[in-house]
Amino acid sequence: MTTVHVGLPAAVDGGVGASPQRPDGRLKVTGEFAFSSDLWADDMLWGATLRSPHPRARITALDIGPALRVPGVYAVLTHEDVPGAPLYGLEHVDQPVLAAREIRYQGEPIVIVAADHPETARRAARLVEVAYDVLDPVTELAAALDPAGPQVHADRPNLLRHVPIRRGDPHATAAVVVTGEYEVGMQDQAFLGPESGLAVPAEDGGIDLYIATQWLHVDQRQVAACLGLPPEKVRLTLSGVGGAFGAREDLSMQVHACMLALHTGRPVKMVYGREESFFGHVHRHPARLRYEHGADADGRLVYVKARILLDGGAYASSTGAVVANAATLGVGPYDVPNVVMDAYGLYTNNPPCGAMRGFGAVQACFAYESQMDKLAAALGLDPVEVRVRNALTTGDLMPTGQVVEGPAPVAELLRLVRERPPAPAVGDFLPGGTANTTRGEGVVRGVGFGIGIKNVCFSEGFDDFATARVRLELVGGRPAVLVHTAAAEVGQGLVTVQAQIVRTELGVEQVTIAPADTAVGSAGSSSASRQTYMTGGAVRAACQAIRTRLLERLGRAPSTTDNDKKVPFLALEEIAELLGEGAIEETVEWRHRPTHPLDPATGQGDAHVQYAFAAHRATVDVDLELGLVKVVEIVTAQDVGKAVNPGAVAGQIQGGTAQGLGLALMEEIQVVDGKVRNPSFTDYLLPTIMDMPPMSLDVLELADPHSPYGLRGVGEPPTISSTPAVVAAIRAATGAALTRVPVRPEHIVGV
Amino acid sequence: MRVTCTVNGVDRTADDVWEGESLLYVLRERLGLPGSKNACEQGECGSCTVYLDGTAVCACLVAAGQAAGRDVRTVEGLAPEGGLDPVQRAFLQAGAVQCGFCTPGLIVSVHDLLAHNPQPTDPEIREALAGNLCRCTGYEKIMDAVRLAAADGAGAA
Ligand code: FES
Ligand code: FES
Repeated sequence: MTTVHVGLPAAVDGGVGASPQRPDGRLKVTGEFAFSSDLWADDMLWGATLRSPHPRARITALDIGPALRVPGVYAVLTHEDVPGAPLYGLEHVDQPVLAAREIRYQGEPIVIVAADHPETARRAARLVEVAYDVLDPVTELAAALDPAGPQVHADRPNLLRHVPIRRGDPHATAAVVVTGEYEVGMQDQAFLGPESGLAVPAEDGGIDLYIATQWLHVDQRQVAACLGLPPEKVRLTLSGVGGAFGAREDLSMQVHACMLALHTGRPVKMVYGREESFFGHVHRHPARLRYEHGADADGRLVYVKARILLDGGAYASSTGAVVANAATLGVGPYDVPNVVMDAYGLYTNNPPCGAMRGFGAVQACFAYESQMDKLAAALGLDPVEVRVRNALTTGDLMPTGQVVEGPAPVAELLRLVRERPPAPAVGDFLPGGTANTTRGEGVVRGVGFGIGIKNVCFSEGFDDFATARVRLELVGGRPAVLVHTAAAEVGQGLVTVQAQIVRTELGVEQVTIAPADTAVGSAGSSSASRQTYMTGGAVRAACQAIRTRLLERLGRAPSTTDNDKKVPFLALEEIAELLGEGAIEETVEWRHRPTHPLDPATGQGDAHVQYAFAAHRATVDVDLELGLVKVVEIVTAQDVGKAVNPGAVAGQIQGGTAQGLGLALMEEIQVVDGKVRNPSFTDYLLPTIMDMPPMSLDVLELADPHSPYGLRGVGEPPTISSTPAVVAAIRAATGAALTRVPVRPEHIVGV
Repeated sequence: MRVTCTVNGVDRTADDVWEGESLLYVLRERLGLPGSKNACEQGECGSCTVYLDGTAVCACLVAAGQAAGRDVRTVEGLAPEGGLDPVQRAFLQAGAVQCGFCTPGLIVSVHDLLAHNPQPTDPEIREALAGNLCRCTGYEKIMDAVRLAAADGAGAA
């Protein structure tokens, strides 16, 4: 990895800017790390779920008797047993804990069972007799949009949210016009660690839930409401999280396991199998996008008109925020004076969709980057050149009227990926890989580019904060720090980063990260690329408060007072002496600068906190006869503001790029008439190590003036632009139009 | 039924095993060895990879009864208590671990690869690990870890 701009030096080893090993790494390589599916309690029972086989139906009769009679079964619960609120949801409370009457998607939970063996629980669940009145599902976006058509929810229209954006002249005309219609399939987060957790009934009538999630407090709020318990009686502790990528933002088995545990008085463990996991969490919204780009003869954009339809599926989840992202980021990292944008999120009877890495920006990027290539072709310009001519830069206006503050190195990122040496003439594998479907005959090569934009942190006026409790004390006579937050480590390395920040701020090397739980205030979600920014910011602020307390005890100015130079502000011996008066603990609730709602008619408003950018160049070999693709190489450039942990930054960029490649070439939940056809890793294809090419990175560190250390959220941008780059490379190789992802062999060979 | 086998060098017995249970389930839920992971339980991800009589297999595809009387070695048994196998060390050093759910299976697969081929080429590494899914890393740092382990002579041990 090349680091172009070097940041501040760290005060002690393992501070900000270093790449210390993960504190949980040793346990993870030895197999001792406790994931949520590894938990165990004396006397525990296993939970299982009965789900609807139909995407739309009405339950006419339900008989749990046959399940109750199975030896080893301890509880069989239905919607009638939900102790509190019958519905839950992230933004809209619209999803039943257990279906009462209406079934709105295939896989909707109806009955939960607890038994002494997981297979007993599953078999008993299958014995529950449910009679359905099967109805025609609403599965097409056009039908869902039709106000005269059937409603998915009787009490609300199918249109979940419409975000219009109007900037400049809606009737602007241009010398060169390109139009296109694009489609994005339903992608799955496909984390490897399945939904799972352990609920343990407590003596106070409450519950302790050990769970893999992205946001403990938003789970706590929803679980408590559904259990009819005060939040303080619903205590959540994060257990090992086997990846998240957005799929753990919504509840899955949380309420179910707690209900079974409270009902039986015994600990209950639930672990979804892979098939159930496909029904147990939301997916990336499938989308249909129609774009019209107008440019002058030099290739400068005059206007963009777009309509984006996002299939929200049966329940709202975070669809509203996804729609806003697609709309506000929908012209890409380009300066466009005139914009007419309409993005819509719709209820259908398809699987519910919500958060996945990239969150609305992914779908739009595939379309607008495809359009930029079309524009380049229409003008006879190089695809990078047309992008550079329109590149957003500091001080430009977004379509929302928001000024882009801080660095926006769009042109520089594009030039970095273009100027990398070309991929090797011969890749390690040909299309088809070890199947040896070709020896090189009929194989053509192409190169494509993509660049994307993503907002970081929560937007539109949301009160977004993170809490950190930091304690500085003497342990064995030496200063040591304990950090306690509720922030979810999901694999990204937040535990490492928290300790790094403490080392830099306090000059204390020995840092312990306490298990994340709800005994401390909310950290917000590990999503929207926000957690290093937010929980990192909170930890830093708590450390700074501790510094102030230490200086008060010292009673004089420290040897070095420059807060921006991360040299130890006090020697360890001095700190140790001051701590003789007792430990110092500070809890800080930290907020990013406020954002504002979008005007509902014009979409104008300073809705976002920060913008982040990444660019990709993909090189592919394509077998023209079979339509098989091998990505030979991917190069990436991303501005991260400050690489707090360069190793982890590289890991995020590489992993995010892989998920974008997956969307380009293979990853799709195939839904036919509302039913999922491929809920397994046999049929839902994830990129393997054979599918992934070598990747090289350029990381820019152009400090953001508002964020801690100048950092920029890292996790999502690399997922966004790798998809269009790969598709552009296939187009360059084959000349095929390719308006849909994932690209299938038949799209290439045209059969 | 009762299943007895050697696990990480120790004779172990599991009682009341239902004949539909996999070796993976018995290891994880009956013998207290949850290191082998359960990402798919369909033989598609490699997260459950263990040695069975010295051959790397997906424990989710082995019926518990098939393991009776045989020798099983899991990620927990690769290094002596408190130590790390060179492959484990290389994964740590290379930063090849994010969420870590794929890690135990990958480590056993890499251990097996290097035992048979101590100096694999990059294409050989990719071929050998094609059955191990990782959703977090994009595999770059896993490649680095394997190269590092090979350079450290992991396979020669
Ligand atoms: S759990 Fe065995 S291969 Fe996936
Ligand atoms: S590190 Fe998460 S699946 Fe590989």
